[in-house]
Amino acid sequence: MNAGGTPVSAGVPASAEVPVSAGVPVSASVSAQAPGLGGEALRIEGLRKSFGDHLVLDGIDLVVAEHEVVCLIGASGSGKSTLLRCVNLLEPIDSGRIVVQGAEITASGVDVDRIRRSIGIVFQAYNLFPHMSVIRNITLAPVKVLRLPKAEAEARAEELLRRFGLLDKRDAVPDRLSGGQQQRVAIVRALAMRPSILLLDEITSALDPVLVAEVLSVIRELAESGMTMVLATHEMGFARDIANRVAFLEGGRIIEEGPPGQIFSAPRDERTRRFLDRVIEAGRL
Amino acid sequence: MTHAAPRRSRLRSRGVAVLVATVSTLVVFGVIGWLIVNADGWATVQARFFDSARFDEALPRVFAGLLVNIGIFLIAAVCILVWALVLAVMRSLDDPVFFPIKLFAIIYIDLFRGLPSILIIYVLGFGIPALRLPGLTSDVYVWGIVSLVLVWSAYVAEVYRAGIQSVHPSQAAAARSLGLSGVKTFRYVVLPQAIRRVIPPLLNDMVGLQKDTALVSFLGPVEAFRRAQAMASADFNFTPYLASAMLFLMLTVPMARLVDWLVARDRKRYLAGAR
Repeated sequence: MNAGGTPVSAGVPASAEVPVSAGVPVSASVSAQAPGLGGEALRIEGLRKSFGDHLVLDGIDLVVAEHEVVCLIGASGSGKSTLLRCVNLLEPIDSGRIVVQGAEITASGVDVDRIRRSIGIVFQAYNLFPHMSVIRNITLAPVKVLRLPKAEAEARAEELLRRFGLLDKRDAVPDRLSGGQQQRVAIVRALAMRPSILLLDEITSALDPVLVAEVLSVIRELAESGMTMVLATHEMGFARDIANRVAFLEGGRIIEEGPPGQIFSAPRDERTRRFLDRVIEAGRL
Repeated sequence: MTHAAPRRSRLRSRGVAVLVATVSTLVVFGVIGWLIVNADGWATVQARFFDSARFDEALPRVFAGLLVNIGIFLIAAVCILVWALVLAVMRSLDDPVFFPIKLFAIIYIDLFRGLPSILIIYVLGFGIPALRLPGLTSDVYVWGIVSLVLVWSAYVAEVYRAGIQSVHPSQAAAARSLGLSGVKTFRYVVLPQAIRRVIPPLLNDMVGLQKDTALVSFLGPVEAFRRAQAMASADFNFTPYLASAMLFLMLTVPMARLVDWLVARDRKRYLAGAR
Protein backbone atom coordinates (compact mmCIF):
# COMPACT_ATOMS: atom_id res chain seq x y z
CA MET A 1 0.00 0.00 0.00
CA ASN A 2 1.23 3.41 -0.93
CA ALA A 3 1.32 5.48 2.23
CA GLY A 4 1.22 9.24 2.06
CA GLY A 5 0.83 9.52 -1.67
CA THR A 6 4.47 9.60 -2.67
CA PRO A 7 4.85 7.81 -5.98
CA VAL A 8 8.29 6.59 -4.99
CA SER A 9 7.86 3.28 -3.28
CA ALA A 10 11.52 2.35 -3.07
CA GLY A 11 11.31 -1.02 -1.39
CA VAL A 12 14.69 -2.12 -0.14
CA PRO A 13 17.31 -0.15 -2.03
CA ALA A 14 19.75 -2.54 -3.60
CA SER A 15 22.57 -0.69 -1.93
CA ALA A 16 24.23 -3.55 -0.07
CA GLU A 17 27.39 -3.54 -2.12
CA VAL A 18 27.16 0.01 -3.40
CA PRO A 19 28.98 2.53 -1.24
CA VAL A 20 26.30 5.08 -0.40
CA SER A 21 27.79 8.46 0.25
CA ALA A 22 25.04 10.90 -0.63
CA GLY A 23 25.49 10.85 -4.32
CA VAL A 24 29.18 11.62 -4.56
CA PRO A 25 30.49 9.61 -7.49
CA VAL A 26 32.42 6.76 -5.99
CA SER A 27 31.84 3.41 -7.57
CA ALA A 28 33.81 3.59 -10.78
CA SER A 29 32.73 0.05 -11.53
CA VAL A 30 29.26 1.13 -12.59
CA SER A 31 30.15 2.87 -15.78
CA ALA A 32 33.12 4.47 -17.38
CA GLN A 33 32.64 8.17 -17.89
CA ALA A 34 33.23 9.69 -21.28
CA PRO A 35 36.33 11.85 -21.20
CA GLY A 36 36.19 15.61 -21.57
CA LEU A 37 32.77 15.91 -20.00
CA GLY A 38 31.63 17.61 -16.82
CA GLY A 39 30.67 16.14 -13.46
CA GLU A 40 28.00 13.59 -12.87
CA ALA A 41 24.51 14.63 -13.95
CA LEU A 42 22.64 11.38 -13.47
CA ARG A 43 23.41 8.11 -11.75
CA ILE A 44 21.14 5.08 -11.86
CA GLU A 45 21.97 2.08 -9.70
CA GLY A 46 20.30 -1.31 -9.68
CA LEU A 47 17.01 0.05 -10.98
CA ARG A 48 14.26 -2.52 -11.07
CA LYS A 49 10.71 -1.97 -12.16
CA SER A 50 7.87 -4.32 -12.97
CA PHE A 51 4.30 -3.90 -14.08
CA GLY A 52 2.46 -6.66 -12.25
CA ASP A 53 4.32 -9.90 -13.03
CA HIS A 54 6.14 -8.40 -15.97
CA LEU A 55 9.68 -7.32 -15.12
CA VAL A 56 10.41 -4.31 -17.32
CA LEU A 57 13.69 -3.08 -15.87
CA ASP A 58 15.97 -5.74 -14.47
CA GLY A 59 18.79 -3.95 -12.68
CA ILE A 60 19.81 -0.92 -14.71
CA ASP A 61 23.12 0.82 -13.93
CA LEU A 62 23.90 3.97 -15.85
CA VAL A 63 25.90 7.12 -15.24
CA VAL A 64 25.49 10.22 -17.37
CA ALA A 65 27.98 13.06 -17.18
CA GLU A 66 27.10 16.71 -17.54
CA HIS A 67 26.93 17.81 -21.19
CA GLU A 68 26.83 14.19 -22.25
CA VAL A 69 24.34 12.82 -24.78
CA VAL A 70 23.40 9.20 -24.18
CA CYS A 71 21.24 7.31 -26.64
CA LEU A 72 19.24 4.29 -25.51
CA ILE A 73 18.63 1.85 -28.33
CA GLY A 74 16.79 -1.44 -28.41
CA ALA A 75 13.61 -3.04 -29.66
CA SER A 76 10.20 -1.85 -28.54
CA GLY A 77 9.48 -3.26 -25.09
CA SER A 78 13.14 -3.39 -24.12
CA GLY A 79 12.48 -0.88 -21.33
CA LYS A 80 13.85 2.36 -22.84
CA SER A 81 10.72 4.43 -22.28
CA THR A 82 10.06 3.01 -18.84
CA LEU A 83 13.63 3.86 -17.84
CA LEU A 84 13.12 7.49 -18.84
CA ARG A 85 9.77 7.66 -17.11
CA CYS A 86 11.33 6.28 -13.94
CA VAL A 87 14.04 8.96 -13.99
CA ASN A 88 11.28 11.57 -14.15
CA LEU A 89 9.50 9.76 -11.29
CA LEU A 90 6.43 9.30 -13.49
CA GLU A 91 6.68 5.61 -12.64
CA PRO A 92 7.33 4.43 -9.10
CA ILE A 93 10.35 2.13 -9.00
CA ASP A 94 10.59 -1.21 -7.19
CA SER A 95 14.18 -0.96 -6.08
CA GLY A 96 17.45 0.76 -6.83
CA ARG A 97 18.35 4.41 -6.65
CA ILE A 98 18.45 7.38 -8.97
CA VAL A 99 20.72 10.33 -8.22
CA VAL A 100 20.37 13.61 -10.10
CA GLN A 101 22.96 16.35 -9.61
CA GLY A 102 24.18 14.64 -6.47
CA ALA A 103 20.78 14.31 -4.83
CA GLU A 104 19.04 10.98 -4.50
CA ILE A 105 15.57 11.51 -5.97
CA THR A 106 14.34 8.04 -5.09
CA ALA A 107 14.87 8.61 -1.35
CA SER A 108 11.67 8.64 0.65
CA GLY A 109 10.24 12.02 1.56
CA VAL A 110 11.74 13.95 -1.34
CA ASP A 111 9.69 16.73 -2.93
CA VAL A 112 8.79 15.08 -6.21
CA ASP A 113 7.52 18.29 -7.83
CA ARG A 114 10.75 20.10 -7.04
CA ILE A 115 12.81 17.31 -8.63
CA ARG A 116 10.70 17.24 -11.76
CA ARG A 117 11.38 20.95 -12.36
CA SER A 118 15.02 20.18 -13.08
CA ILE A 119 14.36 17.07 -15.19
CA GLY A 120 12.72 17.80 -18.51
CA ILE A 121 10.99 15.09 -20.48
CA VAL A 122 9.58 15.13 -24.00
CA PHE A 123 7.14 12.42 -25.03
CA GLN A 124 6.57 10.53 -28.24
CA ALA A 125 3.02 11.90 -28.59
CA TYR A 126 4.05 15.51 -27.74
CA ASN A 127 1.34 15.75 -25.03
CA LEU A 128 0.83 19.47 -25.56
CA PHE A 129 -2.16 20.93 -23.73
CA PRO A 130 -4.76 21.22 -26.50
CA HIS A 131 -6.82 23.90 -24.74
CA MET A 132 -3.93 26.34 -24.51
CA SER A 133 -2.07 28.40 -27.08
CA VAL A 134 1.59 27.64 -27.75
CA ILE A 135 2.76 30.48 -25.51
CA ARG A 136 0.53 29.36 -22.63
CA ASN A 137 1.71 25.76 -23.01
CA ILE A 138 5.25 27.01 -22.53
CA THR A 139 4.65 29.56 -19.77
CA LEU A 140 2.23 27.53 -17.64
CA ALA A 141 4.86 25.79 -15.52
CA PRO A 142 7.29 28.75 -15.26
CA VAL A 143 4.42 30.96 -14.03
CA LYS A 144 2.59 28.46 -11.82
CA VAL A 145 5.57 26.51 -10.51
CA LEU A 146 8.59 28.83 -10.62
CA ARG A 147 6.33 31.83 -9.93
CA LEU A 148 7.98 33.89 -12.65
CA PRO A 149 6.12 37.09 -13.56
CA LYS A 150 4.05 36.48 -16.68
CA ALA A 151 6.01 39.00 -18.77
CA GLU A 152 9.32 37.38 -17.85
CA ALA A 153 8.03 33.89 -18.58
CA GLU A 154 6.72 35.04 -21.95
CA ALA A 155 10.00 36.75 -22.81
CA ARG A 156 11.83 33.53 -21.97
CA ALA A 157 9.39 31.51 -24.07
CA GLU A 158 9.61 33.89 -27.03
CA GLU A 159 13.38 33.73 -26.96
CA LEU A 160 13.22 29.93 -27.19
CA LEU A 161 10.55 30.04 -29.89
CA ARG A 162 12.69 32.43 -31.93
CA ARG A 163 15.71 30.18 -31.49
CA PHE A 164 13.81 27.24 -32.95
CA GLY A 165 11.97 29.21 -35.66
CA LEU A 166 8.55 28.97 -34.05
CA LEU A 167 7.90 32.57 -33.02
CA ASP A 168 5.15 32.99 -35.61
CA LYS A 169 3.28 30.11 -33.92
CA ARG A 170 3.24 31.95 -30.58
CA ASP A 171 -0.55 32.24 -30.38
CA ALA A 172 -1.48 29.15 -32.38
CA VAL A 173 -3.42 26.25 -30.87
CA PRO A 174 -1.48 22.94 -30.91
CA ASP A 175 -4.09 21.24 -33.12
CA ARG A 176 -3.26 23.68 -35.90
CA LEU A 177 0.44 22.79 -35.95
CA SER A 178 2.17 20.00 -37.82
CA GLY A 179 3.55 17.09 -35.82
CA GLY A 180 7.07 18.40 -36.17
CA GLN A 181 6.04 21.84 -34.97
CA GLN A 182 4.14 20.34 -32.05
CA GLN A 183 7.12 18.29 -31.02
CA ARG A 184 9.42 21.32 -31.21
CA VAL A 185 6.96 23.26 -29.04
CA ALA A 186 7.00 20.36 -26.57
CA ILE A 187 10.80 20.58 -26.47
CA VAL A 188 10.60 24.34 -25.89
CA ARG A 189 8.05 23.74 -23.13
CA ALA A 190 10.49 21.42 -21.37
CA LEU A 191 13.40 23.81 -21.90
CA ALA A 192 11.46 26.77 -20.46
CA MET A 193 11.90 25.20 -17.01
CA ARG A 194 15.70 25.31 -17.60
CA PRO A 195 16.16 21.66 -16.68
CA SER A 196 19.61 20.31 -15.84
CA ILE A 197 18.90 17.20 -17.87
CA LEU A 198 16.53 16.51 -20.74
CA LEU A 199 14.94 13.11 -21.35
CA LEU A 200 13.62 12.46 -24.86
CA ASP A 201 11.32 9.48 -25.25
CA GLU A 202 11.22 8.40 -28.92
CA ILE A 203 10.30 11.91 -29.88
CA THR A 204 10.40 11.31 -33.62
CA SER A 205 8.51 7.99 -33.68
CA ALA A 206 5.12 9.58 -34.31
CA LEU A 207 6.40 11.86 -37.05
CA ASP A 208 6.38 11.78 -40.81
CA PRO A 209 9.88 11.07 -42.14
CA VAL A 210 9.86 14.57 -43.65
CA LEU A 211 9.23 16.12 -40.25
CA VAL A 212 11.82 14.06 -38.39
CA ALA A 213 14.68 16.20 -39.65
CA GLU A 214 13.35 19.45 -38.20
CA VAL A 215 13.05 17.89 -34.77
CA LEU A 216 16.45 16.24 -34.93
CA SER A 217 18.08 19.52 -35.87
CA VAL A 218 16.69 20.99 -32.65
CA ILE A 219 18.25 18.16 -30.66
CA ARG A 220 21.52 18.61 -32.49
CA GLU A 221 21.57 22.28 -31.58
CA LEU A 222 20.82 21.46 -27.96
CA ALA A 223 23.65 18.94 -27.91
CA GLU A 224 26.04 21.54 -29.29
CA SER A 225 24.93 24.01 -26.63
CA GLY A 226 25.94 21.46 -23.99
CA MET A 227 22.56 20.17 -22.87
CA THR A 228 22.74 16.90 -20.96
CA MET A 229 20.38 14.52 -22.71
CA VAL A 230 19.22 10.93 -22.56
CA LEU A 231 17.37 9.83 -25.68
CA ALA A 232 15.39 6.70 -26.31
CA THR A 233 15.44 6.46 -30.08
CA HIS A 234 14.95 4.31 -33.15
CA GLU A 235 16.90 6.77 -35.32
CA MET A 236 20.15 4.81 -35.42
CA GLY A 237 21.88 7.12 -37.87
CA PHE A 238 21.10 10.05 -35.64
CA ALA A 239 22.22 8.18 -32.53
CA ARG A 240 25.54 7.35 -34.16
CA ASP A 241 25.90 10.97 -35.17
CA ILE A 242 25.01 12.76 -32.00
CA ALA A 243 25.60 10.45 -29.04
CA ASN A 244 28.66 10.50 -26.84
CA ARG A 245 27.60 7.09 -25.70
CA VAL A 246 25.09 4.49 -26.81
CA ALA A 247 23.47 1.94 -24.53
CA PHE A 248 21.75 -1.12 -25.97
CA LEU A 249 18.86 -2.47 -23.92
CA GLU A 250 17.22 -5.86 -24.13
CA GLY A 251 14.88 -7.52 -21.64
CA GLY A 252 15.20 -4.64 -19.22
CA ARG A 253 18.98 -4.78 -18.98
CA ILE A 254 21.75 -2.71 -20.50
CA ILE A 255 23.48 -5.37 -22.57
CA GLU A 256 26.26 -3.20 -23.87
CA GLU A 257 27.29 0.42 -23.78
CA GLY A 258 30.07 2.40 -25.36
CA PRO A 259 30.91 5.11 -27.84
CA PRO A 260 28.71 4.99 -30.94
CA GLY A 261 31.64 4.11 -33.20
CA GLN A 262 32.29 0.94 -31.24
CA ILE A 263 28.64 -0.08 -30.67
CA PHE A 264 27.59 0.36 -34.26
CA SER A 265 30.68 -0.99 -36.02
CA ALA A 266 32.16 -3.45 -33.53
CA PRO A 267 29.49 -4.59 -31.05
CA ARG A 268 30.97 -6.96 -28.50
CA ASP A 269 27.80 -8.71 -27.47
CA GLU A 270 26.03 -11.21 -29.70
CA ARG A 271 22.63 -9.73 -28.81
CA THR A 272 23.69 -6.23 -29.85
CA ARG A 273 24.97 -7.62 -33.12
CA ARG A 274 21.70 -9.43 -33.76
CA PHE A 275 19.66 -6.29 -33.01
CA LEU A 276 21.79 -4.14 -35.31
CA ASP A 277 21.57 -6.76 -38.07
CA ARG A 278 17.80 -6.55 -37.88
CA VAL A 279 17.94 -2.75 -37.96
CA ILE A 280 20.15 -2.84 -41.05
CA GLU A 281 17.84 -5.38 -42.64
CA ALA A 282 14.94 -2.98 -42.07
CA GLY A 283 16.97 -0.29 -43.82
CA ARG A 284 17.13 1.89 -40.73
CA LEU A 285 20.92 2.17 -40.52
CA MET B 1 -15.25 29.49 -62.96
CA THR B 2 -14.66 25.76 -62.97
CA HIS B 3 -16.11 25.55 -59.46
CA ALA B 4 -19.22 27.55 -60.34
CA ALA B 5 -21.19 24.78 -62.01
CA PRO B 6 -21.09 22.10 -59.29
CA ARG B 7 -21.64 24.74 -56.62
CA ARG B 8 -24.77 26.06 -58.32
CA SER B 9 -26.18 22.58 -58.74
CA ARG B 10 -25.51 21.84 -55.08
CA LEU B 11 -27.37 25.04 -54.18
CA ARG B 12 -30.24 24.10 -56.43
CA SER B 13 -30.50 20.59 -54.98
CA ARG B 14 -30.43 22.13 -51.51
CA GLY B 15 -33.28 24.45 -52.49
CA VAL B 16 -35.23 21.48 -53.79
CA ALA B 17 -34.64 19.61 -50.53
CA VAL B 18 -36.01 22.53 -48.49
CA LEU B 19 -39.05 22.74 -50.76
CA VAL B 20 -39.75 19.02 -50.50
CA ALA B 21 -39.39 19.10 -46.73
CA THR B 22 -41.74 22.08 -46.44
CA VAL B 23 -44.43 20.59 -48.64
CA SER B 24 -44.33 17.15 -47.04
CA THR B 25 -44.41 18.71 -43.55
CA LEU B 26 -47.43 20.85 -44.44
CA VAL B 27 -49.26 17.85 -45.91
CA VAL B 28 -48.57 15.51 -42.98
CA PHE B 29 -49.39 18.01 -40.26
CA GLY B 30 -52.36 19.31 -42.24
CA VAL B 31 -53.86 15.83 -42.47
CA ILE B 32 -53.27 15.14 -38.78
CA GLY B 33 -54.79 18.52 -37.87
CA TRP B 34 -57.81 17.91 -40.07
CA LEU B 35 -58.35 14.45 -38.54
CA ILE B 36 -58.17 15.84 -35.02
CA VAL B 37 -60.43 18.81 -35.59
CA ASN B 38 -63.04 16.63 -37.30
CA ALA B 39 -62.94 13.88 -34.72
CA ASP B 40 -65.90 13.22 -32.42
CA GLY B 41 -65.51 15.07 -29.15
CA TRP B 42 -63.13 17.66 -30.50
CA ALA B 43 -65.48 20.40 -29.35
CA THR B 44 -65.27 19.16 -25.74
CA VAL B 45 -61.48 18.88 -25.92
CA GLN B 46 -61.23 22.35 -27.35
CA ALA B 47 -63.43 23.80 -24.62
CA ARG B 48 -61.50 22.07 -21.84
CA PHE B 49 -57.94 22.46 -23.13
CA PHE B 50 -57.87 25.17 -25.76
CA ASP B 51 -60.21 27.83 -24.45
CA SER B 52 -58.68 31.00 -25.85
CA ALA B 53 -60.36 33.34 -23.34
CA ARG B 54 -59.12 31.19 -20.45
CA PHE B 55 -55.72 31.05 -22.08
CA ASP B 56 -55.44 34.83 -22.32
CA GLU B 57 -56.56 35.13 -18.74
CA ALA B 58 -54.15 32.44 -17.49
CA LEU B 59 -51.02 33.38 -19.38
CA PRO B 60 -49.93 36.51 -17.43
CA ARG B 61 -50.64 34.87 -14.08
CA VAL B 62 -48.85 31.67 -14.98
CA PHE B 63 -45.98 33.76 -16.31
CA ALA B 64 -45.68 35.51 -12.95
CA GLY B 65 -45.41 32.02 -11.44
CA LEU B 66 -42.77 31.06 -13.99
CA LEU B 67 -40.50 33.78 -12.66
CA VAL B 68 -40.46 31.81 -9.40
CA ASN B 69 -39.40 28.70 -11.35
CA ILE B 70 -36.62 30.65 -13.00
CA GLY B 71 -35.45 31.97 -9.65
CA ILE B 72 -35.40 28.49 -8.12
CA PHE B 73 -33.64 27.16 -11.21
CA LEU B 74 -30.89 29.78 -11.20
CA ILE B 75 -30.05 29.42 -7.51
CA ALA B 76 -30.18 25.61 -7.69
CA ALA B 77 -28.12 25.49 -10.90
CA VAL B 78 -25.24 27.51 -9.43
CA CYS B 79 -25.18 25.38 -6.26
CA ILE B 80 -25.40 22.15 -8.28
CA LEU B 81 -22.59 23.05 -10.70
CA VAL B 82 -20.24 23.82 -7.78
CA TRP B 83 -21.23 21.02 -5.38
CA ALA B 84 -21.28 18.38 -8.13
CA LEU B 85 -17.74 19.31 -9.09
CA VAL B 86 -16.64 18.86 -5.48
CA LEU B 87 -18.34 15.44 -5.45
CA ALA B 88 -16.73 14.44 -8.75
CA VAL B 89 -13.28 15.38 -7.44
CA MET B 90 -13.93 13.48 -4.21
CA ARG B 91 -14.96 10.43 -6.18
CA SER B 92 -11.91 10.69 -8.44
CA LEU B 93 -9.43 10.58 -5.53
CA ASP B 94 -7.33 7.46 -5.91
CA ASP B 95 -4.98 7.67 -2.97
CA PRO B 96 -5.94 5.12 -0.30
CA VAL B 97 -5.59 7.86 2.34
CA PHE B 98 -8.62 9.59 0.86
CA PHE B 99 -10.74 6.44 0.63
CA PRO B 100 -13.32 7.59 3.23
CA ILE B 101 -13.94 10.73 1.17
CA LYS B 102 -14.25 8.70 -2.00
CA LEU B 103 -16.61 6.29 -0.25
CA PHE B 104 -18.76 9.19 0.93
CA ALA B 105 -19.03 10.49 -2.65
CA ILE B 106 -19.92 7.03 -3.99
CA ILE B 107 -22.66 6.51 -1.39
CA TYR B 108 -23.98 10.04 -1.86
CA ILE B 109 -24.22 9.66 -5.63
CA ASP B 110 -25.80 6.19 -5.45
CA LEU B 111 -28.32 7.40 -2.90
CA PHE B 112 -29.50 10.62 -4.48
CA ARG B 113 -29.38 9.41 -8.04
CA GLY B 114 -31.47 6.42 -7.06
CA LEU B 115 -34.28 8.24 -5.27
CA PRO B 116 -37.16 10.10 -6.93
CA SER B 117 -36.81 13.88 -6.62
CA ILE B 118 -40.35 14.19 -5.30
CA LEU B 119 -39.54 11.88 -2.38
CA ILE B 120 -36.58 14.00 -1.27
CA ILE B 121 -38.66 17.14 -1.68
CA TYR B 122 -41.40 15.74 0.55
CA VAL B 123 -39.01 14.43 3.20
CA LEU B 124 -37.01 17.64 3.44
CA GLY B 125 -39.77 20.15 2.67
CA PHE B 126 -42.34 18.77 5.10
CA GLY B 127 -40.12 16.74 7.41
CA ILE B 128 -37.48 19.23 8.48
CA PRO B 129 -39.75 22.22 9.18
CA ALA B 130 -41.90 19.84 11.24
CA LEU B 131 -38.94 19.08 13.51
CA ARG B 132 -38.85 22.74 14.58
CA LEU B 133 -35.15 22.42 15.21
CA PRO B 134 -33.63 25.70 16.38
CA GLY B 135 -31.40 27.30 13.76
CA LEU B 136 -33.01 25.45 10.87
CA THR B 137 -35.22 27.47 8.58
CA SER B 138 -38.67 26.26 7.71
CA ASP B 139 -38.69 28.24 4.47
CA VAL B 140 -40.09 25.88 1.85
CA TYR B 141 -38.16 27.62 -0.95
CA VAL B 142 -34.92 26.81 0.84
CA TRP B 143 -35.81 23.14 1.36
CA GLY B 144 -37.14 22.87 -2.16
CA ILE B 145 -33.88 24.19 -3.56
CA VAL B 146 -31.82 22.02 -1.19
CA SER B 147 -33.72 18.95 -2.41
CA LEU B 148 -33.09 19.78 -6.06
CA VAL B 149 -29.42 20.39 -5.33
CA LEU B 150 -29.07 17.06 -3.51
CA VAL B 151 -30.65 15.09 -6.34
CA TRP B 152 -29.24 16.86 -9.37
CA SER B 153 -25.71 17.23 -8.01
CA ALA B 154 -25.55 13.42 -7.99
CA TYR B 155 -26.30 13.33 -11.72
CA VAL B 156 -24.08 16.25 -12.58
CA ALA B 157 -21.20 14.83 -10.53
CA GLU B 158 -21.23 11.74 -12.74
CA VAL B 159 -21.17 13.94 -15.83
CA TYR B 160 -18.15 15.81 -14.49
CA ARG B 161 -16.46 12.53 -13.57
CA ALA B 162 -16.94 11.17 -17.07
CA GLY B 163 -15.29 14.35 -18.37
CA ILE B 164 -12.38 14.08 -15.96
CA GLN B 165 -11.81 10.45 -16.90
CA SER B 166 -11.94 11.26 -20.60
CA VAL B 167 -8.82 13.41 -20.35
CA HIS B 168 -5.95 11.12 -21.32
CA PRO B 169 -3.51 10.31 -18.49
CA SER B 170 -0.66 11.49 -20.72
CA GLN B 171 -1.94 15.05 -20.22
CA ALA B 172 -1.53 14.76 -16.47
CA ALA B 173 1.86 13.08 -16.97
CA ALA B 174 3.03 16.00 -19.11
CA ALA B 175 1.89 18.50 -16.50
CA ARG B 176 3.45 16.59 -13.60
CA SER B 177 6.70 16.21 -15.53
CA LEU B 178 6.92 20.01 -15.67
CA GLY B 179 6.76 20.14 -11.89
CA LEU B 180 3.11 21.07 -11.51
CA SER B 181 1.59 19.66 -8.32
CA GLY B 182 -1.36 17.29 -8.46
CA VAL B 183 -3.75 20.11 -7.56
CA LYS B 184 -2.34 22.50 -10.16
CA THR B 185 -2.35 19.76 -12.78
CA PHE B 186 -6.03 19.20 -12.09
CA ARG B 187 -6.85 22.91 -12.00
CA TYR B 188 -5.00 24.03 -15.13
CA VAL B 189 -4.75 20.96 -17.35
CA VAL B 190 -7.35 18.29 -16.57
CA LEU B 191 -10.39 20.27 -15.43
CA PRO B 192 -10.56 22.82 -18.29
CA GLN B 193 -10.44 20.01 -20.85
CA ALA B 194 -12.95 17.92 -18.90
CA ILE B 195 -15.51 20.73 -18.59
CA ARG B 196 -15.22 21.68 -22.23
CA ARG B 197 -16.10 18.13 -23.18
CA VAL B 198 -19.11 17.78 -20.89
CA ILE B 199 -20.84 21.11 -21.56
CA PRO B 200 -23.51 19.47 -23.78
CA PRO B 201 -24.49 16.78 -21.22
CA LEU B 202 -24.32 19.40 -18.45
CA LEU B 203 -26.80 21.60 -20.29
CA ASN B 204 -28.93 18.53 -20.85
CA ASP B 205 -29.15 18.04 -17.10
CA MET B 206 -29.96 21.73 -16.71
CA VAL B 207 -32.98 21.21 -18.98
CA GLY B 208 -34.08 18.42 -16.67
CA LEU B 209 -33.53 20.62 -13.63
CA GLN B 210 -35.62 23.39 -15.16
CA LYS B 211 -38.53 20.97 -15.43
CA ASP B 212 -38.04 19.63 -11.92
CA THR B 213 -38.47 23.11 -10.42
CA ALA B 214 -42.21 22.49 -10.82
CA LEU B 215 -41.95 19.76 -8.17
CA VAL B 216 -41.14 22.38 -5.53
CA SER B 217 -44.77 23.54 -5.90
CA PHE B 218 -45.84 20.55 -3.80
CA LEU B 219 -44.33 22.32 -0.81
CA GLY B 220 -46.52 25.36 -1.36
CA PRO B 221 -44.63 27.97 -3.38
CA VAL B 222 -46.93 29.32 -6.07
CA GLU B 223 -44.94 28.91 -9.24
CA ALA B 224 -46.15 28.36 -12.81
CA PHE B 225 -47.48 24.83 -12.40
CA ARG B 226 -49.14 25.58 -9.04
CA ARG B 227 -50.76 28.71 -10.42
CA ALA B 228 -52.12 26.76 -13.36
CA GLN B 229 -53.34 24.01 -11.04
CA ALA B 230 -55.19 26.54 -8.88
CA MET B 231 -56.89 28.08 -11.88
CA ALA B 232 -57.70 24.73 -13.47
CA SER B 233 -59.28 23.23 -10.38
CA ALA B 234 -61.53 26.28 -9.99
CA ASP B 235 -63.62 25.28 -13.00
CA PHE B 236 -62.18 22.03 -14.36
CA ASN B 237 -60.81 23.79 -17.40
CA PHE B 238 -57.31 22.61 -18.27
CA THR B 239 -56.29 25.51 -20.47
CA PRO B 240 -54.09 27.10 -17.76
CA TYR B 241 -52.00 23.89 -17.72
CA LEU B 242 -51.48 24.39 -21.40
CA ALA B 243 -50.34 27.93 -20.84
CA SER B 244 -47.94 26.63 -18.23
CA ALA B 245 -46.70 23.89 -20.55
CA MET B 246 -46.12 26.40 -23.31
CA LEU B 247 -44.05 28.62 -21.04
CA PHE B 248 -41.93 25.69 -19.86
CA LEU B 249 -41.27 24.72 -23.46
CA MET B 250 -40.25 28.28 -24.23
CA LEU B 251 -37.49 27.84 -21.64
CA THR B 252 -36.44 24.25 -22.29
CA VAL B 253 -36.64 24.06 -26.08
CA PRO B 254 -34.12 26.88 -26.67
CA MET B 255 -31.83 25.19 -24.14
CA ALA B 256 -32.16 21.91 -26.01
CA ARG B 257 -31.35 23.64 -29.32
CA LEU B 258 -28.33 25.27 -27.68
CA VAL B 259 -27.15 21.81 -26.62
CA ASP B 260 -27.57 20.53 -30.20
CA TRP B 261 -25.66 23.48 -31.56
CA LEU B 262 -22.81 22.99 -29.07
CA VAL B 263 -22.61 19.27 -29.85
CA ALA B 264 -22.47 20.00 -33.58
CA ARG B 265 -19.82 22.66 -33.07
CA ASP B 266 -17.72 20.34 -30.90
CA ARG B 267 -17.98 17.59 -33.45
CA LYS B 268 -16.90 19.93 -36.22
CA ARG B 269 -13.95 21.08 -34.13
CA TYR B 270 -12.99 17.52 -33.34
CA LEU B 271 -13.09 16.55 -37.01
CA ALA B 272 -11.07 19.64 -37.95
CA GLY B 273 -8.55 18.77 -35.23
CA ALA B 274 -8.25 15.19 -36.43
CA ARG B 275 -7.84 16.39 -40.01
